[in-house]
Amino acid sequence: MNTLSETIETGPDANLIVPQENEGAFREQQFEDTVGDVTHPNPRISCREVDVYYDHGAVHAIKNVTLDIGTGEVLAMIGPSGCGKSTILRCLNRMNDSIDGCQVSGSIRLDELDIYDKNLDVVLLRAQIGMVFQKPNPFPKSIYDNVAYGPKIHGLAKDKTDLDEIVQTSLERAALWEEVKDRLGQPGTGLSGGQQQRLCIARAIAVSPEVILMDEPCSALDPIATAKVEELIDELRQQYTIAIVTHSMQQAARVSQRTAYFHLGHLVEVNTTDKVFTNPQHHLTEAYITGRFG
Amino acid sequence: MTSPANSTVDIVRAGLPKRYARERRFRLMGMLAIGLGLVFVAILFLDIFSKGYTAFQQTYVRIQVHYDGSVIDPAGTENPDTLAFADYMALLKQSLREVFPEVTDRRAKRDLYQLVSPGAGQVLRDRVLANPEIVGTTEEVWVLANDDIDMLVKGHIDRDLPESNRRLDDRSLAWFDRLVDQDAIEKRFNITFFSSGDSRQPEQAGIAGALMGSFYTLLLTLLFSFPLAVGSAIFLEEFAPKNKWTDLIEININNLAAVPSIIFGLLGLAVFINFFGVPRSTPLVGALVLTLMTLPTIIIASRSALKSVPPSIREAAMGIGASPLQTQFHHVLPLAMPGMLTGTIIGMAQALGETAPLLMIGMIAFIVDVPQGFTDPATVLPVQIFLWADSPERAFVERTSAAIMVLLAFLITMNLTAVLLRKRFERRW
Ligand SMILES: Nc1ncnc2c1ncn2[C@@H]1O[C@H](COP(=O)(O)OP(=O)(O)O)[C@@H](O)[C@H]1O
Ligand SMILES: [Mg+2]
Repeated sequence: MNTLSETIETGPDANLIVPQENEGAFREQQFEDTVGDVTHPNPRISCREVDVYYDHGAVHAIKNVTLDIGTGEVLAMIGPSGCGKSTILRCLNRMNDSIDGCQVSGSIRLDELDIYDKNLDVVLLRAQIGMVFQKPNPFPKSIYDNVAYGPKIHGLAKDKTDLDEIVQTSLERAALWEEVKDRLGQPGTGLSGGQQQRLCIARAIAVSPEVILMDEPCSALDPIATAKVEELIDELRQQYTIAIVTHSMQQAARVSQRTAYFHLGHLVEVNTTDKVFTNPQHHLTEAYITGRFG
Repeated sequence: MTSPANSTVDIVRAGLPKRYARERRFRLMGMLAIGLGLVFVAILFLDIFSKGYTAFQQTYVRIQVHYDGSVIDPAGTENPDTLAFADYMALLKQSLREVFPEVTDRRAKRDLYQLVSPGAGQVLRDRVLANPEIVGTTEEVWVLANDDIDMLVKGHIDRDLPESNRRLDDRSLAWFDRLVDQDAIEKRFNITFFSSGDSRQPEQAGIAGALMGSFYTLLLTLLFSFPLAVGSAIFLEEFAPKNKWTDLIEININNLAAVPSIIFGLLGLAVFINFFGVPRSTPLVGALVLTLMTLPTIIIASRSALKSVPPSIREAAMGIGASPLQTQFHHVLPLAMPGMLTGTIIGMAQALGETAPLLMIGMIAFIVDVPQGFTDPATVLPVQIFLWADSPERAFVERTSAAIMVLLAFLITMNLTAVLLRKRFERRW
């Protein structure tokens, strides 16, 4: 598939250039509605009119975003730095709770469950929605303990053999088992960057979540490690719903079925990945994927 | 193309000597400062060592003792109480008179008895109590010499001084010389210094009481302050909302760290002793006061240890569904622990060397018995040093220095442990 390079070669359109005067009003008017199809016939997570503020309202990071993440799909979130990709992702498992002064309004649901329900147990939610971070962050414990930690605290394993099995299958699914099976007792921090990230993925899937959130999981990895993780994401799709934030459009094109383009806190366009990269509907999307800004 | 590049190089090169000179000057000043510090430390150590090392030896006198039954146990009861309270000094006096039969008048006899320590009978008592069979027999015993004799042996009494300016008169010197001729004077390892409590007699004074006092006090201080401080640090750092109240608390913790320690002593006197009725002069009340003092140190160190744990570890744990408490205890605390322990050891080292607040709560009392628990009257090492430094006898000078050496040894060990701990657990993320 070389659609991407074709787009880049044939893409640019002179009328995309934003006029300098009266820029603010021009932008607001442009963002009114999200272009494309924000819904999914079989949604797992659905966000409706979500607004997120930081610093007790001083920073408006996410503006009126409505978006579905479908069961069994990989949704890629792209957009320039600071557009709010991480923010919306972290809302989905309430990781923003620990940030002082962060306010979320609107509704976010996991199936029928209201994620921002006052009575919702965050611990339970995070057992259902796992997360992989930008920088690999294994615990400074053994490889085994890294993977076993989640099942242990949630009481998922009946006994030691059960736990061993969970650890092994998780590492196998994360395509790491072959590389580490002889040194499970060694510290996870001693692995290479790519291995650490796969270890973090194994750690996330060890608790059998329904959804996995990934925030630029490959940005700290070399191309070979990146390829491995991407391969892995494709396989994980069979069982999990995945939302992935990425800076690399090639990556979005390779791993995702749908792509959401964010700009300054607005969700500008959502479409199938194919469509976004071959035939973007919004001129901002087109400008971004053709490398005009980002 | 080449000329502007060249001119840049020229300008930079012209300025280089000045830059390097500045760097050299700075390094020189740094080395000077460190050198000066080291010189002073060396002088301090040398002075203390040269004054104190002689205290680890003590002069003993060999005496032929007859365990006279009519003196020890006139009634022949063999009752341990009778044996314990018998006048063993009388036996020693008897023996001394036998060694120097020419001494007859009262004054001379009194001076003669001054050759041995007033507490020298102790050894005889211990031997008899250990084995009552020896009553009635005769044996050779090494007993403590008096501090003047000890000083003479160690060269601190000048024989060339006029007699009136000397602690020992000519007659005593002559007796001493005769004992030396008989090989009855010997310097031995000073076990008393490590095994007994304080005493008015320098030759009988030891640091065991102060050491045990320090041990009990520090143990309690550690037990009180560590959990409290670590708990406060975790709460303030990880759970408390960041608002003006927590700011106020933080400022006051820092203030507390800067409060002169004597104030804590006054507070302890007013609150713990006078209000709560905690017994004075005890390790318990000492530990309470020292806890107040070390809390801020440990809290501040613990907070910075917690701060240095990367947030990514917390996120990882939270992201997997660990509760805040699990995140703390499974992940953050183990990583912060070396830093917390380092802070604690430094706080304990401070507490070990602390004197002023303990004076206020009566730990300066003259206590002969070695404390056996947390509520026995006790003193601590630095206070013992203070007490001895204040005593007029020449023999206390070397004991003061020796006690300082012991204190320094403990302090250095503790600080070394802190440094090693930090090295050992230093992590790279
Ligand atoms: N903890 C925070 N406090 C205040 N502002 C924040 C915080 N985190 C992010 N922001 C702001 O919110 C906006 C979106 O940030 P983020 O979601 O991290 O962007 P992205 O991941 O797309 O690069 C940015 O303008 C950023 O400055
Ligand atoms: Mg981000």
